[in-house]
Amino acid sequence: MLDVITGFVGELRAAGLPVSLTESLDAADAVHHVPLEDREALKYALAATLVKSSAHWKAFETAFEVYFAVRGPQFAIGEDEDADEGSEDSGPRGEGDQRGQGRGQGGGGEGLTPEELAEMLFKALLEANEAQLAALARQAVSRYAGMEPGRPVGGTYYLYRTLRNLDLDGVLARLLETARAEAPTGTLTPLEERLARDEFGERLARLRKEIEDEIRRRLVADRGTEALARSLRKPLPEDIDFMHATREELTALRRAIHPLTRKLAVRLARKRRHGRKGPLDFRSTVRHSLSTGGVPLEPKFRYPRPAKPEIMVIADISGSVAAFARFTLHLVHAISSQFSKVRSFVFIDGIDEVTRFFEHGDDVAEAIHRINTEADVIWVDGHSDYGHAFSVFWDRFGQEITPRTSVLFLGDARNNYHASQAWVVHEISLRARRVFWLNPEPRAYWGTGDSIVGEYAVHCDEVFECRNLRQLERFVEELA
Amino acid sequence: MTDGDGSAGEVTGSGGQLLGPLGFPDPGEPRFDSVADVRERLAASGYLADDGIAGVVHLADRLAKPVLVEGPAGTGKTELAKSVARITGARLIRLQCYEGLDESKALYEWNYKKQLLRIQAQRVVADEGTASPDGPARAGSAWQDLEDDIFSEEFLLARPLLEAIRSKDPVVLLVDEIDRLELETEALLLEILSEYQVSIPELGTVRAHRIPLVFLTSNNTRELSEALKRRCLYLHLDYPSLDREREIVKTRVPGITAELADQVARIVRSLRTLELKKHPSVSETLDWARTLVVLGVESIDAEQAKDTLHVLLKYRSDLDRAAKELALVPTEP
Repeated sequence: MLDVITGFVGELRAAGLPVSLTESLDAADAVHHVPLEDREALKYALAATLVKSSAHWKAFETAFEVYFAVRGPQFAIGEDEDADEGSEDSGPRGEGDQRGQGRGQGGGGEGLTPEELAEMLFKALLEANEAQLAALARQAVSRYAGMEPGRPVGGTYYLYRTLRNLDLDGVLARLLETARAEAPTGTLTPLEERLARDEFGERLARLRKEIEDEIRRRLVADRGTEALARSLRKPLPEDIDFMHATREELTALRRAIHPLTRKLAVRLARKRRHGRKGPLDFRSTVRHSLSTGGVPLEPKFRYPRPAKPEIMVIADISGSVAAFARFTLHLVHAISSQFSKVRSFVFIDGIDEVTRFFEHGDDVAEAIHRINTEADVIWVDGHSDYGHAFSVFWDRFGQEITPRTSVLFLGDARNNYHASQAWVVHEISLRARRVFWLNPEPRAYWGTGDSIVGEYAVHCDEVFECRNLRQLERFVEELA
Repeated sequence: MTDGDGSAGEVTGSGGQLLGPLGFPDPGEPRFDSVADVRERLAASGYLADDGIAGVVHLADRLAKPVLVEGPAGTGKTELAKSVARITGARLIRLQCYEGLDESKALYEWNYKKQLLRIQAQRVVADEGTASPDGPARAGSAWQDLEDDIFSEEFLLARPLLEAIRSKDPVVLLVDEIDRLELETEALLLEILSEYQVSIPELGTVRAHRIPLVFLTSNNTRELSEALKRRCLYLHLDYPSLDREREIVKTRVPGITAELADQVARIVRSLRTLELKKHPSVSETLDWARTLVVLGVESIDAEQAKDTLHVLLKYRSDLDRAAKELALVPTEP
């Protein structure tokens, strides 16, 4: 057991979770107090001692599923179906029992035609029959995923193959239809329809998870724990690269950014209040000395009120860096109370001010959506042209930059070989308080191909590599 | 000075009666038999825990470790501590954290006014004493006595943390909203959380008789220090699952029908899938269910939902979005 825990902790560390020595000792201690045959209890015991942040839960769960996978001969890939059945009936492992049962109700399952399988799946979903769902997920995997031992493809490939054959969208539509038919009036109100859709959606998600688990179990059996854990390792939300985030990762990012803004705002407000003390407040000192008989025992100081910076954000929102610009705009506007003024401009080859989208209402997500649809940023062909965008910016808004303004450029400076017009950045740097450039590309790529970040960089106070939330957060804190 | 008179926790200079052979704190007699036991007793007191929650409470008892409970507002973090206190028959001692909380309000404070009075009284006695021949020598020993005297427990004002440690009867210590403390002040808690003792320079170390169950809650407005997290078990309380929420509504709202409870739970779940500024919390769900019961609603339709939605959602933009998404307002064709 100790070996397993050590290996598991090693895997968590490799996935980026900070697990200290005392925590792993605690974990080893904790497993004494839970019944080992109860997998869920073990999971919570390990989670409580090893994972200290909810953002890391997902990574923990993946590692746990791999390291403490339910094992047994029934999960071998490509095994003879008969042997498969036999081992299951004996129910050697905790979950095997339940599965066996579900299977029993389903009536064997091996000899089913695809239509029958789909029909049973539909019924199980309709009745939310968990045991049956698990059994069918298992069945679907062995039938459709086409897993071969030793084949070096990821689990997502098998998942995709299985799901494609099950046609879950069609199943959802059918479920809704049935729900409609069963309603007393023969039709659902829009509210009921929506609720039913969410309900079935959740059941489908559960099925999907069952299938994923099943595939993972088989992969563990095939490739061994450590190899699989390595291939399933995913970056933590704060380490996800903006430029190469998948759709799922973007959702995770969006969810992560909300608490982040709250934290930042609290931290910045505190920093402002608890900043260093200002000059002696003579009046207050004398006033307080009265309580000690005129002896000024305790000097009083004025608290400085540091001026809040004014921010201008100029963001490239062309395809390659759109996600990055979105998150930065989101973050800056969400903590706009920490700045005296925030103005945002977006460009591709034309430039447009988008501050107005953030003014009405407080829904930042909505504002970002409107930027994508309404902002007028295309001048000729919709390929990034920093030079043109900057010169237009200078003509239209250059006069509004004051010595209190910090200017923030966001973009990868991939200019499609247009003229750089770097003089604009130079002029801006003469007028503005500070000029920063945030580049979402790894530093190693700067200046390669059509990237001309170097030409702009010489006029900026500083250029930052800003590829993930962690770096972005650090920068924004420094800015305010 | 050791052991005191039994009215307080043990005061010792050093040593570790509460530590087991391996240096882990000795948890003493188990408070619960098993995870299932925790769960049943919590349920009996009106708190419906899932396996994760019950498991962590059980572990906290067995490992003698504090529990750090984190999660969105209104998911029953504080309620958990209260319920545990109720089922173990312990007194709940609560420390509400806020910015600017310091040692003298969290741990202990010397009652300096009383000390001042004591010194004044001594001086009166001393003035009378100087007339006698052996004056100086007596004055010296008098000072010694005085010092021992004014730094004794009589002059100590126990604040929540010390009180929890000193208490003879079982206590549950709740440190609420610990994320409101400044990072530096957090260090105050470290000695208590790992050793269950408080060091008072003038008195010695006060140890707990019985290690109390400790709950720390946090709304996650800032990252807590590693040192603190390391000493705690971590429990993330998220919004409950559909089934659990339905049960919670049924238990906590008297007079609600099963059908209405189901509808409430389902609508709330759908709301939580939307991208809102603030998702409805469990306490808001309960408020909403109570509102519906008071209004005599048997089964929610779109109209009633729309009219009472403001109990659940507190932002204009959230209300609009929810009404639109859940099709509570008729859409133009």
